[in-house]
Amino acid sequence: MAALESAKKIQAKFGALISEPVVFRDEVSLTLADPEQILAVCQHAKLQLGFDYLVDLSSVDNYGEDPRWTLVYHLRSSKTGEEVRIKTSVSEEKSELPSVLGVWRTVNWHEREVYDMMGIRFAGHPDLRRILMWDGYPYFPLRKDFPLAGKPTDLPGVAFTQPAPLEGGPFVTAPGRDAINREPRMRTPEE
Amino acid sequence: MATVQDIEIRDSAARAAQAAAELNVDTGDRMVLNMGPSHPATHGVLRILLELDGEVITKADPDVGYLHRGDEKIAENMTYTQFIPYTDRLDYLAPLANNVAYALAVEKLMGIHDRLPPRCQYIRVMCAELARISAHLLGLGAFAMDTGAVTVFLLTFTEREKIYNLAEAASGARLTTSYTRIGGVARDIPPGWTDMCRQFLKEFAVALAEAHTLLTRNRIWVDRLRDMGIISQEMAIDYGLSGPNLRGSGINWDMRKNQPYLCYKDLDFDIPVGSVGDCYDRYLVRMEEMKQSMRIIEQCLDKLPGGADNKSHEPVCIVDGKITMPPKSKVLSSMEELIHQFMLVTEGVNAPAGEIYFGHENPKGELGFYINSRGGGTPYRLKIRSPSFINLSIVGELFPGHMVSDVPVILGSLDFVMGESDR
Repeated sequence: MAALESAKKIQAKFGALISEPVVFRDEVSLTLADPEQILAVCQHAKLQLGFDYLVDLSSVDNYGEDPRWTLVYHLRSSKTGEEVRIKTSVSEEKSELPSVLGVWRTVNWHEREVYDMMGIRFAGHPDLRRILMWDGYPYFPLRKDFPLAGKPTDLPGVAFTQPAPLEGGPFVTAPGRDAINREPRMRTPEE
Repeated sequence: MATVQDIEIRDSAARAAQAAAELNVDTGDRMVLNMGPSHPATHGVLRILLELDGEVITKADPDVGYLHRGDEKIAENMTYTQFIPYTDRLDYLAPLANNVAYALAVEKLMGIHDRLPPRCQYIRVMCAELARISAHLLGLGAFAMDTGAVTVFLLTFTEREKIYNLAEAASGARLTTSYTRIGGVARDIPPGWTDMCRQFLKEFAVALAEAHTLLTRNRIWVDRLRDMGIISQEMAIDYGLSGPNLRGSGINWDMRKNQPYLCYKDLDFDIPVGSVGDCYDRYLVRMEEMKQSMRIIEQCLDKLPGGADNKSHEPVCIVDGKITMPPKSKVLSSMEELIHQFMLVTEGVNAPAGEIYFGHENPKGELGFYINSRGGGTPYRLKIRSPSFINLSIVGELFPGHMVSDVPVILGSLDFVMGESDR
């Protein structure tokens, strides 16, 4: 498996910082221990190993765990088609890691989206503005402690929102161990 | 409960001044033009702030998000099956392709993608390719209309109507199809559907040839598209473009060939690739893709396991009570099926913990789903890689140096849809 060999090469270069590759459904994932090194890892992957295409950048909120944020980079080589996923975790207090805009220009909007939805900042990004929500919106809606119904916001001259009425709406389920906890009709942020 | 609130609507001069302030530059004697969010040439609700020196664009700043509905947040709060109707509303010009992409992603997470019955695979491929034709037809019609050729729009919409009829016959809905289920499709295609489809292909071949005669060698069309909005290979890869926009720049990458899924391996088709990367190349790639989609559908109709009316009762879903719904007649008479149905409806399919990414070759590009699961019937995190969003991010670099009158041409050639971009 070519992708596994490339993952091993990254591991050899960065040593103990990179975990053993995990293979699930033929996909290779690496975990980087120090988020400050993400730029160096990405640069190495692109310049030395030919991962010239960034497929996607996702963020996960591990609410209630430390570190709270996980950033997921999907790398692909447009020549060979190999794919590798690099994950790195950032603590809530820090909520910041280096931008990889210098490696792939496509990451510009991805990083803006992660900032907009999760509130994770990217050091060195020249234009870290909100992208899907409007400028001045006070919350980060994809965080797990943000309620599905929304929070009232009132920014005169820009926009106003009300929580969406969920009662009687579509059947709303939430992740949980059993059906009783999984299916409240509306969740409050305290839960 | 609705409440009345005041909205401040400033006059146009004040809004233009605010737009200039937002660009945060000393424009000098340059003009800032606010295009959108409801401009006919932006195909939806895209707003672009253009800084102009005379008629030439010096800076462009696209502003997306007007159609943001929080699909990813919604997905975390419902079972995998419940999210299928939301995928209809991503790229609303090709809902069938979105359904297929999402179902395949969840099936990959569950590890059942290689257990799909052959008939289901062929039906899904036909759906995805019909959706591709439908989306490209709308893209072409709107593109041509923005450039001044209204006739093409009427021609393509006549053909799209027939695809809607096919979607309606198969799924019961014209737009909000929700045709796939985790592990199969909602129902088998109805009797007579294959004949309807063959009839459509026959008529569509004529219409496509007519569109070619209207545009491909049309002097005005060629003059406006040639050498316009050139995207180099290096730039296309750096910006993560996908679909016809990537192939228009001369890169031979198609998920159907490079990471084959469903039964694409057994089908014979070509991937058209451009040479220069201008608007004309992207137009030609889309035209050829429609032709290739016709080839794929024809082969599927010939090879369809079970044939037109499925006399041999080939399944269209994985037969497994823990994945797909049991037949209703058995639910009411058998204990085991009753339990299966109850569990599937209340808890959803039982996906393992893990994470996967699945990229599907959608009409607009690579529609990807990253699913992070901690086990159970709901995703812990579902990220949608939206091709329109990523294809639009190149606009800021592509526009400077072009004239204002070229904006509709380049936007039309990029062929994006805001429902998918903003999610």
